Amino acid sequence: MDLSSRTDEMGAARSAPGLDARPLIEARGISKIYTVGEQTVRALDEVTLSIRLGEFVAIMGPSGSGKSTMMNLIGALDVPTRGAMELDGRNIAMLSSDALADLRNRTIGFVFQQFNLLPRTNALRQVMLPLLYAHPRPADADALARHRLEQVGLKDRMDHYPSQLSGGQQQRVAIARALVNNPKLLLADEPTGALDSKTSEEIMALFCKLNSEGITVVVVTHEPDVAEYAKRRVLFRDGRIVEDIAQPGFLGRAAE
Amino acid sequence: MNVFDSLGIALTALRANMLRSILTTLGIIIGVASVIVMVAVGTGARSEVDRQIASLGSNMLVVFPGSTRVGGRAGGAGTRLPLSERDMQALREKIPGVVAISGLLQGNGAIVYGNANWTTSLMGIHDQFNEVRDWAVIEGRGFTPNETRTAARVALVGKTVIDKVFNGADPIGATIRVLNVPFQVVGVLDSKGQNSFGRDQDDVVMIPMSAARGRIVGRSKLVNDNVGNIHVKFDAATDLAEAQAQMETLLRQRRSIKAGTEDDFNVRNLSEFMRARTSALTTMGWLLAATSAISLIVGGIGIMNIMLVSVTERTREIGLRMAVGGRRRDILMQFLVEAVALCLLGGLIGVTIGVATAAVVALSAQWPILIAPNAILMALGAAALTGVVFGFFPARRAAHLNPIDALRTE
Ligand SMILES: Nc1ncnc2c1ncn2[C@@H]1O[C@H](COP(=O)(O)OP(=O)(O)OP(=O)(O)O)[C@@H](O)[C@H]1O
Ligand SMILES: [Mg+2]
Repeated sequence: MDLSSRTDEMGAARSAPGLDARPLIEARGISKIYTVGEQTVRALDEVTLSIRLGEFVAIMGPSGSGKSTMMNLIGALDVPTRGAMELDGRNIAMLSSDALADLRNRTIGFVFQQFNLLPRTNALRQVMLPLLYAHPRPADADALARHRLEQVGLKDRMDHYPSQLSGGQQQRVAIARALVNNPKLLLADEPTGALDSKTSEEIMALFCKLNSEGITVVVVTHEPDVAEYAKRRVLFRDGRIVEDIAQPGFLGRAAE
Repeated sequence: MNVFDSLGIALTALRANMLRSILTTLGIIIGVASVIVMVAVGTGARSEVDRQIASLGSNMLVVFPGSTRVGGRAGGAGTRLPLSERDMQALREKIPGVVAISGLLQGNGAIVYGNANWTTSLMGIHDQFNEVRDWAVIEGRGFTPNETRTAARVALVGKTVIDKVFNGADPIGATIRVLNVPFQVVGVLDSKGQNSFGRDQDDVVMIPMSAARGRIVGRSKLVNDNVGNIHVKFDAATDLAEAQAQMETLLRQRRSIKAGTEDDFNVRNLSEFMRARTSALTTMGWLLAATSAISLIVGGIGIMNIMLVSVTERTREIGLRMAVGGRRRDILMQFLVEAVALCLLGGLIGVTIGVATAAVVALSAQWPILIAPNAILMALGAAALTGVVFGFFPARRAAHLNPIDALRTE
């Protein structure tokens, strides 16, 4: 019931794209500077980026251009050296470590290139993991996890361990895990990097479907084919945004 | 995330590295096992000493002839004045609080029953000996005062003697030859087990003092009524130290010992003597306690070490848990619970080994097996505490990892 009501709310937001919705992600002049020995590396250099609820953004750029660094800041896993990063209206630099944990738990779902599944843990328990850290903890965690696994097409793989699943299936488990706590934002850093092209297409089609249901999706990718699915494309180079364009002909349209 | 979730994660992690987990807990295992053995052996030994003290008879003082001085001015053994029936009589009459009194002549000798032959401990006693020493006659009867006086040919036999020579026959009324003189068995003595020197106290035949005199020990040239040692039992109200002083004064008078000269006799409280030996056992208990404390500390360092390894190995997992919403305290709790679970695992193994060892020790020393549930709880508590203390630093280190650094670790 909770699930469907959330979907309706999202659907409403999406059906009025003209009215500028409150930005979900608001980066204002953020820099991330690493110091290694004598050297300083500007991984991000005065980046300003705003992403609204319901968007589907592909972040592209050459290796080392700061894509992952940007994703970590968007995901509240890290804080910028300079500038303000607001997530869902809150400046992450101001939040305590507990508040950041709750923000990641409630608002954000992560999907990683290397899946990052727990060893010796079956698919169902992998998916339940974020619910174990939720406050308050849902009583029907088991049912919520099953629902998400069904949604990603793994109805009959609930008891499988990571070693018993294909790469694509493992990534689906990771996606189910990212979705289980009803996040507003799905962050995926090269989610198809370890998968073949057919499986990549399936995963991207799944993202399109989720986005059409109202979830904001941000995907980092090297592959232009993959970026085709997004409605908007942001290009990074040397820690700066060099291109930010809407893709009216995005592939995801087919799913809608 | 509650403690049960953490416990589930901890057990999964421990099971994945079963051998490593058990080897790691070796220090804890030894620590806990030695706590259990220490407490069990300590209480077992103490109860054994108590039993021996009780088997000496309670509220009892013993007078030995001869000085306490070893060597020294006192003349050779032949010149020392034995204790006599008259000394005994005087003690009985002049010292307040005496309940029962008896002499004791002790030696060894052969006894024969039918064609069975056995060398045993022989005791010459007065009729009140059984009362003085709380050494009951469980079948038949003890000696009468008249039998003690008239050198009657009657005997009391211990359980071991019955087993060795009677071969199932009824001892009461049977005639045995003690040092080639026929005696009639009139009573069977209660079993007393081993004494503190490991000697079997049931391997004994008792005969009246007057019948034993000159047989068990040679006749004294100085007195014709030697009674060996005098055992005196007092009523519960008597202060034994005071009684001891009175006895010494009385005997010095009777034996005309001049002021400034040493006693030629010696009054002792044997249970005090036994208790002094218990304190040696207590010292040993403390040593064992120190050993177990040290092995718990060493074990704790082992736990800390392996937990640091575990944190390092699972850095990515920690990063992931943080990325999906794990708070610092959740991570801290997870690793703390894992350390405690590891220590409790070692604790349980240690308890098993400790209980088994204590049982073996108790069986071989013929003590009762005394393993207090408190000792087990205490030992497990100590193990758990070790887990908390030594698991805290690694757990804190895990909890304070930066999520992004943790996720990036290879
Ligand atoms: N922890 C760090 N310490 C020092 N330098 C870092 C750190 N993390 C990233 N960098 C540097 O920041 C820059 C941007 O790195 P980032 O990982 O964001 O690149 P990327 O665009 O994701 O590259 P790729 O496509 O290869 O994943 C790189 O030059 C990298 O060396
Ligand atoms: Mg990257």
